[in-house]
Amino acid sequence: MVIWIILLAMTAAAVMAVLWPLSRHYAVARQADPDTQFYREQIAEIERDLARGVLLANEAEAAKAEAGRRLLRATGLQAEEAFAAVGEPALRRRRAASTLALSIIPLLALATYEIYGSPQLLSEPPGARMQPQQAGGSNLLGAVVEIEAHLAKNPQDGRGWEVIAPVYLRMGRIEDAVKAYESAIRYQAPDAVRFANYGEALVLAKDGLISAEAQTAFEQAVKLDPSAPKAQFYLARAAVQDGQTDKAKTILQDLLASSPADAPWVDAVRQELAALGAPQPEAATAGAPQIGPEAIAGMVAGLASRLEAQGGSAEEWARLMRSYAVLGQRDKASDAAKRAREALAQDAQGLKTIDTMAQELKLTDAQP
Amino acid sequence: MLVEAGHFALALALGLSLIQFLVPLWGARANDPVLMAVAPTTAVAVFACIAFSFLALTFAYLNSDFSVLNVVQNSHSAKPLIYKISGVWGNHEGSMLLWVLILALFGAVVAISRNSIPMRLQANTLAVQAAVTIAFLLFILTTSNPFTRVVPAALEGQDLNPLLQDPGLAIHPPLLYIGYVGFSISFAFACAALIDGRIDAVWARIVRPWTLGAWAFLTLGIAMGSYWAYYELGWGGWWFWDPVENASLMPWLAGTALVHSTVVMEKRDALKVWTILLAILTFSLSLLGTFLVRSGVLTSVHSFAVDPERGTFILGILILFVGGSLALFAWRAPMLKQGGLFAPVSREGALVVNNLFLATACATVFIGTLYPLALEVLTGEKISVGAPFFNFTFLPLIVPLLLLLPLGQTLAWKRGNFLGTAQRLYAVFGISLLATMVMFAFTYGGPVAAPLGIGLGLYLVLGSLNEIVSRAWSKGTPLAVAWRKARGLPRSAWGTAIAHAGVGLTVIGIAATAWGIEAIGSLKVGERLKGGDYEVRLERVIPRVEANYREEAAVLTVFGNGRELGTLETMKRLYVTRGMPTTEAGILTIGLGQVYASIGDAQPDGSIGVRLYHKPLVLLIWIGSLVMAIGGGISLTDRRLRIGAPAPAKTMPPNAVPAE
Repeated sequence: MVIWIILLAMTAAAVMAVLWPLSRHYAVARQADPDTQFYREQIAEIERDLARGVLLANEAEAAKAEAGRRLLRATGLQAEEAFAAVGEPALRRRRAASTLALSIIPLLALATYEIYGSPQLLSEPPGARMQPQQAGGSNLLGAVVEIEAHLAKNPQDGRGWEVIAPVYLRMGRIEDAVKAYESAIRYQAPDAVRFANYGEALVLAKDGLISAEAQTAFEQAVKLDPSAPKAQFYLARAAVQDGQTDKAKTILQDLLASSPADAPWVDAVRQELAALGAPQPEAATAGAPQIGPEAIAGMVAGLASRLEAQGGSAEEWARLMRSYAVLGQRDKASDAAKRAREALAQDAQGLKTIDTMAQELKLTDAQP
Repeated sequence: MLVEAGHFALALALGLSLIQFLVPLWGARANDPVLMAVAPTTAVAVFACIAFSFLALTFAYLNSDFSVLNVVQNSHSAKPLIYKISGVWGNHEGSMLLWVLILALFGAVVAISRNSIPMRLQANTLAVQAAVTIAFLLFILTTSNPFTRVVPAALEGQDLNPLLQDPGLAIHPPLLYIGYVGFSISFAFACAALIDGRIDAVWARIVRPWTLGAWAFLTLGIAMGSYWAYYELGWGGWWFWDPVENASLMPWLAGTALVHSTVVMEKRDALKVWTILLAILTFSLSLLGTFLVRSGVLTSVHSFAVDPERGTFILGILILFVGGSLALFAWRAPMLKQGGLFAPVSREGALVVNNLFLATACATVFIGTLYPLALEVLTGEKISVGAPFFNFTFLPLIVPLLLLLPLGQTLAWKRGNFLGTAQRLYAVFGISLLATMVMFAFTYGGPVAAPLGIGLGLYLVLGSLNEIVSRAWSKGTPLAVAWRKARGLPRSAWGTAIAHAGVGLTVIGIAATAWGIEAIGSLKVGERLKGGDYEVRLERVIPRVEANYREEAAVLTVFGNGRELGTLETMKRLYVTRGMPTTEAGILTIGLGQVYASIGDAQPDGSIGVRLYHKPLVLLIWIGSLVMAIGGGISLTDRRLRIGAPAPAKTMPPNAVPAE
């Protein structure tokens, strides 16, 4: 709220900078012709130079003669019209200019800010996000330095490498994360999760491209644990990259079928399948009937009425928001966000989930 | 929150600039002082908004606010404070923000110097200035927004490009930008004169300080950049004819021509139309420089941005302003009043020659820089135009210009006497020739270019000195009187002489590089490498770990003719976050020359590659540039009118000449 007052004050000040000169009174005066004034000053300057001995007498004479001729000519040419500062037309111009200022400045500024700014971050009290973040950041940094020092002395500590790798990943030091996972794999017993994480780091390092190296890592993981979800997921992506969409669909559908319904990756897998244009079986219920848009709408409506009546978890509310967004009913999604916030008012964690989802769905009008 | 307010301030500045563009232009057409008076206050408000925005970004950098994408990409919480500040403009987005900040600052200064500028000229100028501001604000907001947020915030930044983590970076871009953007004021004044269809005599007087100031800053900026490349890149070179360097040299050459033609215009009311054209061209070249550096057309240290969208946008700005102003020129220039006449042999004539040479030199640099790009676009063939091209085209244009410089400086206004002038320079010419021959004899067998170049430089320095001496002293004048007279000379005269002497010093420094010596060797601790009269011994190699980099520092003892002169330290650094290696050259200054060493990779046998250079008089290159800028500054402090007293014609009594 405070911030909006500040922005409003800034806008008002900006508009005032334009309105202020428009409101002042001007005496109807002819402005002195700049040319004649200039030549007069020049002649005075020549006199001074002569007095200081910078110019010789004959030089000064010639210069003065020249300036004098130019002064005469400038005086002859003087056709400067008087300023038009009074009268009906001038008044109309003032009004038009004021209207321009009052409309262009706030509208353009707000429109530009709306498009490129991040007004959703405005509502946060100053530093609420930053302070703990920074504290955490510096603690983390200290920890990283300690672990790095430890690893420099004991480079064969696979466990240490495994601890630091995901930290590197979060810090954006992807190359380092890849190296850390390599070392973790080298010094520890083969493990499906580790191989999958290593592969994922490789994929991130290549901006999403699945290299041969990464593919090998994922295959290793699947060999160790055929149900390894992360590896399966990326192998499906690799298949898409190779143009084998059918293979990708099969992998994903198998993955979905073998996953428990509340597994964290189910949503991602469904999105991936939807992107491939494949029918989506319900998790763990093989051979579910194909779901048409009406059926989806029906399910969404059911979910909505249930949440409305009995309430539900933040995740369920978020799912409802996403469903509306997917169906293209953005206003309903915003509405759902609002209701969710009311329902979860006591639950900070849940509110955060809703906020994140709203940001993801770009439901800017649903901000508190 | 502050970051968002800064972002909003930038959006406000856009709206204000639009008003600053529309209302004063309308006011000037309707001759309505009320509307014209909107220009100054709005210009100040635009500056306030952009300054606030810049401070908000700086604050984000100081606090390592990693919810701002720009900070994440270019900063690191462990970075030293000064690089957190300089990091604000050490990247594409931030540097563009600095660009408009300086633009708005200059607009505000034009706005508050209310009494010295006629109202209509001021209103039109600020409107043109606003048009430039609008274009660049749109560019920043749409394609290079420094206020883009990251949600959730990153934990740590990716650090600043290590090459740019240097005190040089803290100063180089602001100086350069003040130079570039300063020319935008000359440009805005030129466009304003064209829009109004008249050039007042006051025009040149008002524009001169801006042009001169911009020129002085550009000189410093280029010199600073050159020195930075010299010690940071570790190749021992100070000018590479790299397109990015050329991009700053072109506006400098055009700006140098502009400074001189403005003087003619102010003093003699001549060369008006040409001066207007030069003002337009100079800023166009500044924009071209911005385009070359910022669009990613060139791949070099300076191109942080490789982004076609940005390139197209800046190209659009370039076409709009260059095309627009030249069209305005073509339409309006014929209506402008032509000024005074002068004889071919006169100070004016000499300055025309100066302008022709500088313009042609600028054109050769232009061709050498853009031809490879055009060729690549048209045929896909990649060629590189390097030092040989420029040595063969640029030098033959600059050397005659420099030879004529002392002559032109001595000629009288309006009509000069060539032989008489040459006589006044006999002594200067003689001493320089003698010095050249003596040097040639002593270094017989060495490079011929060095003594010749040093002779030329000496001739320039002595020529400038002669100008002061001959104006203050004639045979029989006691020294005390001459000194008093010399001090009484206008500061503009001193400024001219000092700036021209600076050119001479730079020429001497450049010529002496021909005597430079280079040696490469692979050294173990205790071993020596000899280059010319100098020798270094590798004392030890120290590994160090700093907050954001690791380095190997080699300590070398320098010997000259067997005597120990001192030690120097050269480093090879690895910046951890980006995994990027850099070289820090070790430099030992001896007089005006330098012993310069940089280390390469360690060899398997434990030795380390060392490059050793001896560069005699190399410091003169930058000292000369500094002296040039100081000359400009001294002239700038002289606020009096410039008088160019015409030489009276000999055939008629002086008062009866119908000179016009």
